[in-house]
Amino acid sequence: MTDGTALAPKARPSRRPAIVRAVTVAPHGLWCLLFILAPLAFVVYYTFTDPSGAFTMANLKEVFSSAYLKILKRSVLLALESTAICLLLAYPLALAVARLKPRNQSLAILLFMLPMWINLLIRTYSLKLLLETNGPLNSFLGLFGIEPIGFLNSEFAIILGMVYNYLPYMILPIYSVIAKIDPRLKEAAQDLGCNGFQTTVRVVLPLSVSGIISGITMVFVPSISTFFISKSLSDGRIKLIGDVIEQRISLHNVAAYEIGSALSFILMILIIVSMLITNRFGDKDRGVVV
Amino acid sequence: MNKLIELVGVTKSFDGEVVLSDMNLYIRDREFVTLLGPSGCGKTTTLRLIGGFETPDCGDILFEGKRINDVPAYKRQVNTVFQRYALFPHLNVFDNIAFALKHKVPKEEIKTRVDEMLNMVALRGFGHRNVNSLSGGQQQRVAIARALINRPRVLLLDEPLGALDLKLRKDMQFELKNIQQATGITFIYVTHDQEEALSMSDTIVVMQNGKIQQIGTPTDVYNEPKNAFVADFIGESNIVDGVMREDYKVFFDGRVFDCLDRGFDKNEPVDVVIRPEDVDVVPLEKGMLRGHVTKVTFKGVHYEIIVDVNGFMWMIQTTDYVGVDSDIGIYIEPDAIHIMKKSEFSGTIGDYSSFSDEMDEISNPDVELDEHGNVIETLVDEDDKETPEVGNDD
Repeated sequence: MTDGTALAPKARPSRRPAIVRAVTVAPHGLWCLLFILAPLAFVVYYTFTDPSGAFTMANLKEVFSSAYLKILKRSVLLALESTAICLLLAYPLALAVARLKPRNQSLAILLFMLPMWINLLIRTYSLKLLLETNGPLNSFLGLFGIEPIGFLNSEFAIILGMVYNYLPYMILPIYSVIAKIDPRLKEAAQDLGCNGFQTTVRVVLPLSVSGIISGITMVFVPSISTFFISKSLSDGRIKLIGDVIEQRISLHNVAAYEIGSALSFILMILIIVSMLITNRFGDKDRGVVV
Repeated sequence: MNKLIELVGVTKSFDGEVVLSDMNLYIRDREFVTLLGPSGCGKTTTLRLIGGFETPDCGDILFEGKRINDVPAYKRQVNTVFQRYALFPHLNVFDNIAFALKHKVPKEEIKTRVDEMLNMVALRGFGHRNVNSLSGGQQQRVAIARALINRPRVLLLDEPLGALDLKLRKDMQFELKNIQQATGITFIYVTHDQEEALSMSDTIVVMQNGKIQQIGTPTDVYNEPKNAFVADFIGESNIVDGVMREDYKVFFDGRVFDCLDRGFDKNEPVDVVIRPEDVDVVPLEKGMLRGHVTKVTFKGVHYEIIVDVNGFMWMIQTTDYVGVDSDIGIYIEPDAIHIMKKSEFSGTIGDYSSFSDEMDEISNPDVELDEHGNVIETLVDEDDKETPEVGNDD
């Protein structure tokens, strides 16, 4: 064919004009800029400047002084402890739920989700009431002749608060991964000589790593940055890094902003590092399910 | 040869639906037994009962004469090649195959035995590969190696070739048979593919509606089917209503034919089976019956023609071309006629007027049909739909 039309390029599928794309993306971009990038920029700016605006490392140095370091250490420790407790509680629970009949599974998951319909503040206040020296828990223990115990104002109370508030975030991702494991794989393991426990350890556990990773991330990150739980369950006596940041920022002066920012900066680094570590584990198993 | 596995009066139902009723079957040592039947006939349930994944409602399962109803799967000397393989996605080929030996056998022995298995299934050097990167045929081989490494007494295979393409399936049939003969392990093989069953088995167990319809060698079930279901399911069959006039004389389609069967009551109604390849197409005037050709399909070796004989559609395979809409004569030798007792299946099958639907059901393992021929579920295995575990494999 010598006809010119035969050689003409085929009509491409029509693309949206650049202007349309730009307009549709703009709100999202603006949102990111205003509420994610700008605050981060401020944090970095205040971390590395003095009140006159000159570059300084003094803020970071101060944050690494003993008083703040102690709080930082405590925050990391408490977050790790509550994450570990959540994991130990959630994994067997998720396993048990995945073994229920489908209808009962959704009911069980609903029960775990139910507390999340109530505001975190109210949940924490309720927990505080329960734990009061003359609260219901101690009255109940009193029935057995046990003297009232001062549960509050202790690291125990804070860990309890974190576990209570964040447990569903651990259960859900683990459950959803376990529920999706092909039942035939478990049968194959049994067929090849594994009893129930060995099947769980050798097949279910390795196949649910991605759920565990997601759960750890979703519990550790809010745990390490929480301020409200520690503040209300210890009447402000046991401070975590979140409490200090909140306190500093609410002072509304530049010097306090700088310390607050420096602490936030450290916290950010901590969270990024922890996510990098967990993602490294997750990558082996096709990434993290969040 | 002694009985290795025996099922005695085994009944199993799920949610009130009887899947197996009063099943009696024994399997000899070193035998290649195939459980053959369409979706939902109870063959996979039978396999799962032997494997230890289900327990019978009543009846006993015996292994070398000992009752094993309550022996869990992991303690049975039986291994399974699962439908769609069920390889462990978190382990490589080597670790999948070594799974049964881990923590039980010294490392060096594991290495030699896995290598031995890899050689047997022609996957030498594949040990470090990720199982998800393998082709269907290779995954199949890994599954076989994994199930055989523990040297089981019995290997259960649940539609192992169902996901492979035709060419590969033929090769694997041959290989499986070789492996069975080389290892001397008893194979219990579940399939809906009659050709697979005929070419590999020592014994075929034809099942339908949770009952055994016939047990026999491949030639037995093909040449001497017990009822209309077996005749129809194994190979192609024209099944017509007839009456046994006396020994060696059967009446159908308006005339009496000579046959080789005897032992029926005088004037007993029977089902008459004539295989499509046993019918001779002759000129009209020489025919014992006459028919009108409605459809001609070229099949390579022969033509497959559908012929209307007095309103009943016959399938005939002939090497001579006949045209559509022509009238032909049909000649049937006495040894081409096989007489069967009437059964629950009589009259429901055997006519070729709805041929294509029937083929779809038989040839697609992932489509399940109800008794009206409607698709109920896809990509769900026949007998497993009542398994309580959640597990969408998507």
